[in-house]
Amino acid sequence: MSEVRSAALAEQFEDLDQQHEASSLGMWVFLATEIMFFGGLFAGYSVYRGLYFPGFDAGSALLNVKVGALNTALLLCSSLTMALGVRAATLGKRRELATFLVLTILLGLTFVGIKLGVEWHHDYLEHLAPGINFAYEGPNARAVELFFVFYFFMTGVHALHMVVGVSILAVLLWMTFRGRFGPERYNPVEMAGLYWHFVDIIWIFLYPLLYLIGAHH
Amino acid sequence: MSTTAVAPTTGVNYLNAQYGIRSWLLTTDHKRIALLYLGSVTFFFLIGGAAAVLMRLHLIEPQGALLEPATYNKMFSMHGIIMVFFFLIPSIPAVMGNFLVPMMVGARDLAFPRLNLLSWYVYIVGGLFTLYAVVAGGVDTGWTFYTPLSTTYANGNVMAAALGVFITGFSSILTGLNFVVTIHKMRAPGLTWFRLPLFLWAIYATSIIMILGTPVLAITLLLVALERTFHVGIFDPALGGDPILFQHLFWFYSHPAVYIMILPSMGVVSELVTCFSRKRIFGYSFVAFSSVAIAVISFLVWGHHMFVSGQSVYAGLVFSALSFAVAIPSAIKVFNWTATLYKGSVSYQAPMLYALGFIGLFTMGGLTGLFLASLATDIHLHDTYFVIAHFHYIMVGGALMGYLGGLHFWWPKMTGRLYPDGWARFSALVIFIGFNLTFFPQYILGYLGMPRRYAVYPEEFQVLNVMSSAGASILAVGYLIPLVYFIWSIRYGPPAGPNPWGAKGLEWETPSPPPTENFEEVPVVEEEAYAYGEKEAHVV
Amino acid sequence: MAAHVVAKKTYFTVFATLIGLTALTTYVATIDLGPLNIVVALLIAMCKASLVVLFFMHLRWSSRLMHVVGVAALFWLAILLALTLSDYRTRPWTPAGKPWGTSNIQFNR
Repeated sequence: MSEVRSAALAEQFEDLDQQHEASSLGMWVFLATEIMFFGGLFAGYSVYRGLYFPGFDAGSALLNVKVGALNTALLLCSSLTMALGVRAATLGKRRELATFLVLTILLGLTFVGIKLGVEWHHDYLEHLAPGINFAYEGPNARAVELFFVFYFFMTGVHALHMVVGVSILAVLLWMTFRGRFGPERYNPVEMAGLYWHFVDIIWIFLYPLLYLIGAHH
Repeated sequence: MSTTAVAPTTGVNYLNAQYGIRSWLLTTDHKRIALLYLGSVTFFFLIGGAAAVLMRLHLIEPQGALLEPATYNKMFSMHGIIMVFFFLIPSIPAVMGNFLVPMMVGARDLAFPRLNLLSWYVYIVGGLFTLYAVVAGGVDTGWTFYTPLSTTYANGNVMAAALGVFITGFSSILTGLNFVVTIHKMRAPGLTWFRLPLFLWAIYATSIIMILGTPVLAITLLLVALERTFHVGIFDPALGGDPILFQHLFWFYSHPAVYIMILPSMGVVSELVTCFSRKRIFGYSFVAFSSVAIAVISFLVWGHHMFVSGQSVYAGLVFSALSFAVAIPSAIKVFNWTATLYKGSVSYQAPMLYALGFIGLFTMGGLTGLFLASLATDIHLHDTYFVIAHFHYIMVGGALMGYLGGLHFWWPKMTGRLYPDGWARFSALVIFIGFNLTFFPQYILGYLGMPRRYAVYPEEFQVLNVMSSAGASILAVGYLIPLVYFIWSIRYGPPAGPNPWGAKGLEWETPSPPPTENFEEVPVVEEEAYAYGEKEAHVV
Repeated sequence: MAAHVVAKKTYFTVFATLIGLTALTTYVATIDLGPLNIVVALLIAMCKASLVVLFFMHLRWSSRLMHVVGVAALFWLAILLALTLSDYRTRPWTPAGKPWGTSNIQFNR
């Protein structure tokens, strides 16, 4: 080893390219596992929607499409700021990176706040929380309840992923202030970006499956 | 002069580079993590084995000789959960995979060493939850956690056990991820895909299953936990749910999980058969691709566990046909191993005895699997001892024989010591005999109609049950012998030298035990795997 | 390291398209298209997801291996959905069973 090893290079790797490709591949593979994780939920959802179509329709009609659309827009916005943040990191622009990280964190927190504080709270007051206070007068009550089981569980697991994402971004922000990133060392930001966009994609599918299927009422 | 100063004459290796409990618990060295796994899977194997012994003792008498029926239920559940999730699934990948993947690709470590250590801790935390479930009174759902038994009716510690399995799943996912990235990105110069040892192809295929299957089990167990906690009707038919959906999601992982157990063993056998026949493998690319084919097809067959569950018969037809398809890549492997033996200079050292045992027992297990994959015969054999015998031929006769074979093969590399070969051959023989005596009668019992998971049975089944229990005691002795001589060899075994078997492969080109950085300098690979007999051919 | 730097303009264009598609799918959902509603909604969702993957996640500029990983994950998801639904979708094909001895199936001798 005559060449000088970069401080950003972990000892098991030969060079920065190898390290970068390894972490990208690792992240993509991890996202593949996440697809299968949510995939189990999507499979369950599809089965029951097929079996109990009217109930799922009626359940979906009880959700507020406007809030759902607003949240979708917020999340897409956060994906944009995240992508711009990664771009700033690759170029070594620390101030810009910090700005975009803060923006992404704020957008993410707003999303979670609306999701839990407004929507879940509202659903709870409407007696739509299965296993806690579910009370629905009308046909297909069991199927509507099943819809809300999936609604709460899917959005809950998604919100949990958001919280994890926000925490990761907070750590990255702290690392940015400590001057840990530079044009040679931005892997963590890039990986966090991939994760963030993935969580966005899950929502892109949850939005129509939960909010829109009953919107024609 | 300068070169000799660099040469590793000091005898520093990964075992004595650092001392103290901290140096083990905080290590990121893949070889040390492999040994951590070795210790922990052995611990779980002994617990799971003890449960099996109690079950077999109980079944000596038709009315049950030992346990309360409820205790018996907990015993087989514990045996299943621990053996499947805490021994078989981590066994070869986490012990031998961890030790060998970086060495076989000529790398210093796995791609993500800290993640690797984290996997072990995750595994241990999952294990603690499961042990808690056992100590706090046990679980009686079987290892399958079928609903609505697990969600509504079972009173045991289902949550703790399910949580344990859930957590351990992440250990498996992270290990698989690490292997895939390492095999893709860390190969030494010249080590092309078709020069990789077949063990790596097998581990790669296994990792695919771990990565893509395990998350589905995780979410399924979460749904069970949700239903149990909030009494909502995801799987409960009384509340509008469908219990068969649980079976779909469960077997989407748990059928491929069988291949998580058997594929690494197949990889080990490919290494052993070539080394002890002194021949290159017959049909390298067929053996390599059959591993990947098995990994893919294994995801298409899960419905054959559900032929009598109320699943649509049309889906059953498709699943049955696809199940037969798995036989093709499996048979390719068996035929290629036997073709490799043909006209080889075969020597019957202990690892080879295990490999040969594997080939025979796996063939038996695989062929009886076809009985169960056929819709009509499965209706007769479903949930009988025939199923038990079938999957023990695969998981014990196959996966465990491969594990022991691999352990005997690479033990000198791991520890730098030789074990007594005579005792090792003797124990291989004892295990083979004990295994067949235990499980062959169970085929007959199942064919005659004895259902699985029952604490009592009609008197006419006693002879076969006593045979099976007798075999189990022989098997137990067979497993204890290696435990003794392996531990003995650590202290008293003669030094092994870098390559006691005259084997090919990068891991044999470095001292035993290897130095922490595995290789003095990055190795360059210039020949294909298993180039046995190359030099002799050139001399002539 | 060869990092691909994308012009900011590209990101903004993609973002505008995503917002547009969100508005579109929200609007279409209010029209009753029968069974086509879910098809349209999922198609639009797939377009949006592809945009995010290709541009925000840089898959467009990533190596072939990353494409393989992505395709593999979708393939396995398809296996899970297709084979599970194959059971549920074909269950109604089997006529409901009748008690033993009351079958009206006539065998030719």
